[in-house]
Amino acid sequence: MFREITIGQYYPAESRIHRLDPRVKLFGTFIYLISIFVANGIVGFAFLTLMLAIVIKLSKVPFSYMVKGLSGIVVLLIVAGIFNLFMTPGQAILTLGPVSISDVGLKNAALMTGRMVFLIIGTSIMTLTTTPNQLTDGLETSLKPLTLVNVPVHEIALMMSIALRFIPILVEETDKIMKAQMARGADFETGGLIKKAKAMVPLLVPLFVSAFRRASDLALAMEARCYSGGEGRTKMKPLHYEAWDKRAYVFILLYMAAMICIRVFVWI
Amino acid sequence: MNIIEAKDLVHEFFRRDEEGNIEGISVALDKVDLNVKEGQFISILGHNGSGKSTLAKHINALLTPSDGTIYVDGKDTSKPENELPIRQSAGMVFQNPDNQIIASIVEEDVGFGPENIGIPTDEIWERVERSLKSVGMWKYHAHSPNKLSGGQKQRVAIAGVMAMEPKCIIMDEPTAMLDPQGRKEVIKVAHELNKKKGVTVILITHYMEEVIDSDYVYVMEKGKIVMEGTPREIFSRVDDLKHYRMEVPQVTYLAHELKKNGLDLPEGILTREEFLDVLNIG
Repeated sequence: MFREITIGQYYPAESRIHRLDPRVKLFGTFIYLISIFVANGIVGFAFLTLMLAIVIKLSKVPFSYMVKGLSGIVVLLIVAGIFNLFMTPGQAILTLGPVSISDVGLKNAALMTGRMVFLIIGTSIMTLTTTPNQLTDGLETSLKPLTLVNVPVHEIALMMSIALRFIPILVEETDKIMKAQMARGADFETGGLIKKAKAMVPLLVPLFVSAFRRASDLALAMEARCYSGGEGRTKMKPLHYEAWDKRAYVFILLYMAAMICIRVFVWI
Repeated sequence: MNIIEAKDLVHEFFRRDEEGNIEGISVALDKVDLNVKEGQFISILGHNGSGKSTLAKHINALLTPSDGTIYVDGKDTSKPENELPIRQSAGMVFQNPDNQIIASIVEEDVGFGPENIGIPTDEIWERVERSLKSVGMWKYHAHSPNKLSGGQKQRVAIAGVMAMEPKCIIMDEPTAMLDPQGRKEVIKVAHELNKKKGVTVILITHYMEEVIDSDYVYVMEKGKIVMEGTPREIFSRVDDLKHYRMEVPQVTYLAHELKKNGLDLPEGILTREEFLDVLNIG
């Protein structure tokens, strides 16, 4: 049941997007996130969709693979959508007994869910096309200035990449523990939301115990391989910009400019 | 000079009660002497709780002696400044393959060790390629470790240690979590590295079959070394091994029992082929 989680998973392929410098991708994702909230009309979202489609096509990651990442937040999307739909005051366009849907509500609901979907798909492109190590390297170099104010940038970046590496392992483990408990009569499937949530509690204890054990093993293995913090480390894959990275920067900036223009000059 | 020299090595763990007060002391290692020459293939046998993993951690300076001394490549492990050089010359492979792979791409994981010791980029790549080839995993260099079998993961872990170009590799029950196929792969790789690259190997295990081809075997029990010798010497003492709850290979046991019942056989038969030879049937 947890196997569908694709957020934070690398999808190996040979593509232009895969080869881009992670700093470009981080910057691009950041700009993209802002642009989602800049867009507020049909033209804006159409342009956004077009650009996203081009990037997805270039990345050679199957679209179905990204959509799978959405399945985890469907409930959240529906709840957010419903609340926006029925709870926003405005001119009623449809009344069903005590509840009514207003024009603003409809627009808000569509915007809200649309933005969430774009957010998840867009950010998953970054994690799907960038290995966690590259991502870490990208973050580490981009955030280097923060070391001046004593932020342990290298350590945080390493922690992130290790967390990403262990997601599938812990997911598998959760599956195993669930099956073991189901074999002894535990029930995860039936009952209301609260009952289901309660059934999850006995899962957490063994999962945490094993996660801590893994963490301690991993720390030992890292120490045995001479890990002693970020100082004095060299890079196996140092980052350097290629011609395409520079072109990508220009493209990202042009894209943002276009989005702003659409927001300012186009009214639908 | 021996690459590893332990003299009267003692390690004590404090047992603590719930408030953290010391209840008592467990002795994990009790006056252990160990001498390993460069290029040897050494095995350490022992049951759970016999202190063999504690000994392994001493060789890598992950633990330091409570008493006695241990020198690795001529360096005293109890001096903090020797910690990193020792870990570089004595690499360690652990039991659980999943818990020692740090990166999500095979080659990046192998490069982790060289990165830590500050090797220049070009040389890291050379080392990664060389060490992955030496364990026969080069064709998987761009794969995710999650998709590999246990034996393959363990070979990647060995490559990760090899990339630091150690003089000595300590393998702490590297096969305990593997299927028979994976166990064979890992033991074969260990012997190849020992023969072709001249790396000293210290194999810690509780599978008797795995120690047959070693140069020298130690048996540990309750923190002490209770037996030592060549595999043949060790295996000819079947009754002693039984006493230490060690499972001897079936063929050795069979030969031993036949001899006890009057058949004229030498002690310490290690393999099926050898047994057939002795019986003149092969």
